[in-house]
Amino acid sequence: MKAPLSWIKDYVDVPAHVTTDELTRRLTLTGLKLEAVESPGREITGPLVIGRVLTMEPEPQKNGKTINWCTVDVGDANGTGEPQGIVCGAHNFAPGDLVVTVLPGGVLPGGFAIGARKTYGHLSAGMICSARELGLGEDHDGIIVLPPDAGEPGQDVRPVLGLDEEVIELEVNPDRAYALSLRGIAREALVSVEGADRFRDPAVRDTPAPNADGHPVVVEDPAGCPVFVARKVTGFDPTAPTPDFMVRRITAAGMRPISLAVDVTNYVMLETGRPIHGYDADKVQGAIVVRRAREGERLTTLDGTTRELDPADLVVTDDSGIIGLGGVMGGETTEMSGSTTSILVEAAHWDAVSMFRTGRRHKITSEAGRRNERGVDPTICEAAADRVVELLVEHGGGQAHPGVTVVGSPPAVPAIRMAADLPQRVAGLPIDSRTVVASLQAVGCRVDADGADVEVVPPPWRPDLTDPQDLTEEVIRLVGYDAIPSVLPTPPSGRGLTRAQRLRRRIGRTLAGEGFVEVVSFPFVGASDLDDLGLTADDPRRDLLELSNPLNAEAGFLTSTLLPGLLRTAGKNVGHGNDDVAIFETATVTLPRHAGPAAILPVDRRPTDEEFAALDAALPAQPLHLAVVAAGDADSGGWWGESRPVTWADAVEAVRSVAAALGLEVTASAVELAPWHPGRCAELSVDGEVVGHAGEVHPTVCQAFGLPKRSVAAEVDLDLLMARAVDLRRAPSFSSYPVAKEDVALVVDTGVPAAEVEQALREGAGELLESIRLFDVYTGEQVGPGRKSLAYALRFRAPDRTLKEGEAAAARDSAVALAAERTGATQRA
Amino acid sequence: MSGPNTDYDPVEVTPLKADEVEAMREAALAAIAGAADLAALKQVRLDHAGDRSPLALANREIGALPPQARKEAGQRVGQARGAVNQALAARQAVLEAEHEQRMLAEETVDVSLPTTRRRRGSRHPLTLQSELIADLFVAMGYEVAEGPVVEAEWLNFDALNLGPDHPARTMQDTFWTEPAEDHVVLRTQTSPVQARTMLTRTPPIYVVCPGRVFRTDEYDATHSPMFHQVEGLVVDEGISMAHLKGTLDHFASQLFGDGITTRFRPSYFPFTEPSAEVDVRCFVCRGGDGVAECRTCRGEGWIEWGGCGVVNPRVLVACGVDPEVYSGFAFGMGIDRSFMFRHHLEDLRPLFEGDVRWNSAFGTEI
Ligand SMILES: [Zn+2]
Repeated sequence: MKAPLSWIKDYVDVPAHVTTDELTRRLTLTGLKLEAVESPGREITGPLVIGRVLTMEPEPQKNGKTINWCTVDVGDANGTGEPQGIVCGAHNFAPGDLVVTVLPGGVLPGGFAIGARKTYGHLSAGMICSARELGLGEDHDGIIVLPPDAGEPGQDVRPVLGLDEEVIELEVNPDRAYALSLRGIAREALVSVEGADRFRDPAVRDTPAPNADGHPVVVEDPAGCPVFVARKVTGFDPTAPTPDFMVRRITAAGMRPISLAVDVTNYVMLETGRPIHGYDADKVQGAIVVRRAREGERLTTLDGTTRELDPADLVVTDDSGIIGLGGVMGGETTEMSGSTTSILVEAAHWDAVSMFRTGRRHKITSEAGRRNERGVDPTICEAAADRVVELLVEHGGGQAHPGVTVVGSPPAVPAIRMAADLPQRVAGLPIDSRTVVASLQAVGCRVDADGADVEVVPPPWRPDLTDPQDLTEEVIRLVGYDAIPSVLPTPPSGRGLTRAQRLRRRIGRTLAGEGFVEVVSFPFVGASDLDDLGLTADDPRRDLLELSNPLNAEAGFLTSTLLPGLLRTAGKNVGHGNDDVAIFETATVTLPRHAGPAAILPVDRRPTDEEFAALDAALPAQPLHLAVVAAGDADSGGWWGESRPVTWADAVEAVRSVAAALGLEVTASAVELAPWHPGRCAELSVDGEVVGHAGEVHPTVCQAFGLPKRSVAAEVDLDLLMARAVDLRRAPSFSSYPVAKEDVALVVDTGVPAAEVEQALREGAGELLESIRLFDVYTGEQVGPGRKSLAYALRFRAPDRTLKEGEAAAARDSAVALAAERTGATQRA
Repeated sequence: MSGPNTDYDPVEVTPLKADEVEAMREAALAAIAGAADLAALKQVRLDHAGDRSPLALANREIGALPPQARKEAGQRVGQARGAVNQALAARQAVLEAEHEQRMLAEETVDVSLPTTRRRRGSRHPLTLQSELIADLFVAMGYEVAEGPVVEAEWLNFDALNLGPDHPARTMQDTFWTEPAEDHVVLRTQTSPVQARTMLTRTPPIYVVCPGRVFRTDEYDATHSPMFHQVEGLVVDEGISMAHLKGTLDHFASQLFGDGITTRFRPSYFPFTEPSAEVDVRCFVCRGGDGVAECRTCRGEGWIEWGGCGVVNPRVLVACGVDPEVYSGFAFGMGIDRSFMFRHHLEDLRPLFEGDVRWNSAFGTEI
């Protein structure tokens, strides 16, 4: 809300020593935060003075235009006292008129510097200004002609035009709708500025009594429209201009001047907070009826949009049908125009919830709607309508019609009972009951003390005050939030981070230690992202939760896998020249359960455990995933030797490192799954449960994401991994007896997984086996086609004795025997 | 060993004469001193201390002397041999040391060569910021609570005193999911975690809830459809705004520096009443002499940090906490925003672009 300072001061006296800074600081500290202080003339510098046109000579030009060569008296403002010669293209003035003159050295809005320049054969030393050139709105017809009593030539013209006016912009929270008016802001200044005095309420005025001569109005839905006031002005001059002060104030408040009739309704809305609607009275046919819309009804609103109405919409009708969407926007058929001479003024109070719903339903945001849906003082309809009539008559030359229609009455405001010591308990600051009463009275409440309690009736402009806690805020903000002491509470002893929280940190640190850089991606994906991953049509990861209102239609779903985002990010890095990239992300993914609606539960009690459990069950599954992607070199080359490019094994190893950090061992087995290379994808399991996949990314997928071939990736379900994490690890003990080493080389078919051979060796070797390590894999002539040789180093040791001669060899032989039996392995000669 | 040589006349055995033995010893010591390297010393050892060396031969002659002469000759030769062996050992040590020194000198490398073969990893600055904040509160005795990102509408709004027709719902531009009648949203705030906490724990409750939240804001230098918040919730007997102020002052000084405090301004949030905006004292100019030129706070001396207030009793009721017995406070700050002004970042987008050069600038702890 933008408010010119002079307008505020129309309604409240602020001590002269209170600067704008101090005033806005106080308003900020009591809840109306200063956004900005503006001045309409802030972009204008240099001499801008009143000039009196002495002579003007029209000079037709070759281009068909006629310019005026003028001499202008600018007093001593030009330093010489001589008349100033100025070329002017406008014609709406005459010698003797007072005009706005900018002299050489002045700068107008937009950085437009004024100098003396040769033009049309004259030396033009300055400019006679129009409203637009001064940033004061659109031109009507040419330059500004000041009233004859505006001042003397040479005087600074800024105060005359209000260019030095300070306009303060305040942030108004939804609970303070009353501050969307000068009335409300002035009242806040009164209660928050020390020494502010004499509040003059613009909504308090003598209004004519209701009578039967007004326009007939029937309200069929008093709950939706508790008060409807109608007044009429006749004989209005539609060509009458809006007075300058009104244009300036409306413009300063951020609205656009349109015509006198519209400007007056807006002016009174800004003044009182009460939205007003004006109809062309001659176009209204018969009695006005306020009701809810009926199924199928339509209305073309002022903005030219034809709207399908909802039975919950409040409408204003006449004999012709619907003429307005009550409180939200008027209809086209009764709109005031350039020929309107008779105006029907509506000041009605509308149900805020209904306003909110209708505004949202029809996507209409307007100054009137903003106020109506937040709550307006229902008691000022008559005063506001009367003020509109007064201004229309005063500036538009009309007559006030004697008829005054008032239907309904403002709803009563219920009293709130509050313990007088509640504010001090809430604030943690002593606040005596006298201060409580005085503060509440200051904001307009009626307060009766009743023992330890107070009975409070909030003022009609504060529909937000409904609970004792609301009153408490009023008291504390007037006492001052800065008076609240700083006291640390004493929590009970905490239990620290949860196990899952600690494990997640451990996982992040492990991956960082492995050289991966953590990234954070948005979870939005589209079907094309999954196509890029190469997912088949029936891949379960294609089951996505759809957003109703995505920012980007191409990414309208919540992702079920972290890979698209991570591959995209890796590709972007490569595109930026970060050729060797290794990144990871941990985040939840969304897996729809299609479990039906999450209920909207009551709020006046705790949900039952069953209700709460049902809420959770209705949400999609959101397991925590980890994904890694790497491309380029794992180890860089240099003076020490060649670089080592990343391989599928790096992806598997990343997961193994994470698992090891959790005390787990991962088993890998071959599987075919997008987006991986069909021959280079590992399904990763822990204790027989599949936790994720890793391997080389399919070359087509690499291409789709802008990654080099042989890039690698892994994705695992961290919830599954963390659930199995070893909790308390036992202290190990190692045998100090001598070790016996045996090497074996086994030849198997290439299709036999090394993991199976190793498993057989382990089982066959028995308890004496301490460790086994695959140290070489050989394929080639020596073992023949379709075969491979796996060379293992076995270490044997007993916990309690030195192994006897031949004991290790025997264990080795039984290991080889089992491997032979299970995998067809033969010992290499 | 040969037996005593009885054929010799003792006076005729010249090698055992004192001056002869002395000459042998002198010759040996001179040769030792003159050995330039270990190989030369090896030869000297053979020549002067080996089996065929003059002193060894002389020693062999001792047995041939008459018993009365043996003692003296033996002493003389023994002393000479001892001196030679000692000199050999000393020279050996010197030459070995010299050799090692030379070898080490030859093995000198250029230690300024680059050594980094492996990529360095790092954690995301927002993860780190979030953990740092969690740790500050854990140190105070709080616990860290969490909840789902895709959340029930009731928990995101209704339970927090944001009814279906509450104007404040339009303040938060919510991502809704299909079908709309499922009443499921992307949480717009971490506050549903507060509701979940009250629904699943009994007071006293002291928790912080860091996490991702979503609003339908177009992505630009100061807005992102996804960002991170940390909220705090305390529910206990006798909790007041003074406790809230104390907690946030402490939080501010821990995060931004000693002596940094907060300022409350009245505001409006449906789930708190009274509500306040929290400004934190600008940690660059501290509102002092440089405030007018300060870019961090734009001359205000204060930086908007977050919102807070006393938990609205209506929220306590919906979450099963008796407002007659307990009161509470809640606060919420942007983690991204806190990070941005703590680290002088003006455009938030690098946080979500994933450029490894940028992300890795913060290492593994901030
Ligand atoms: Zn500053």
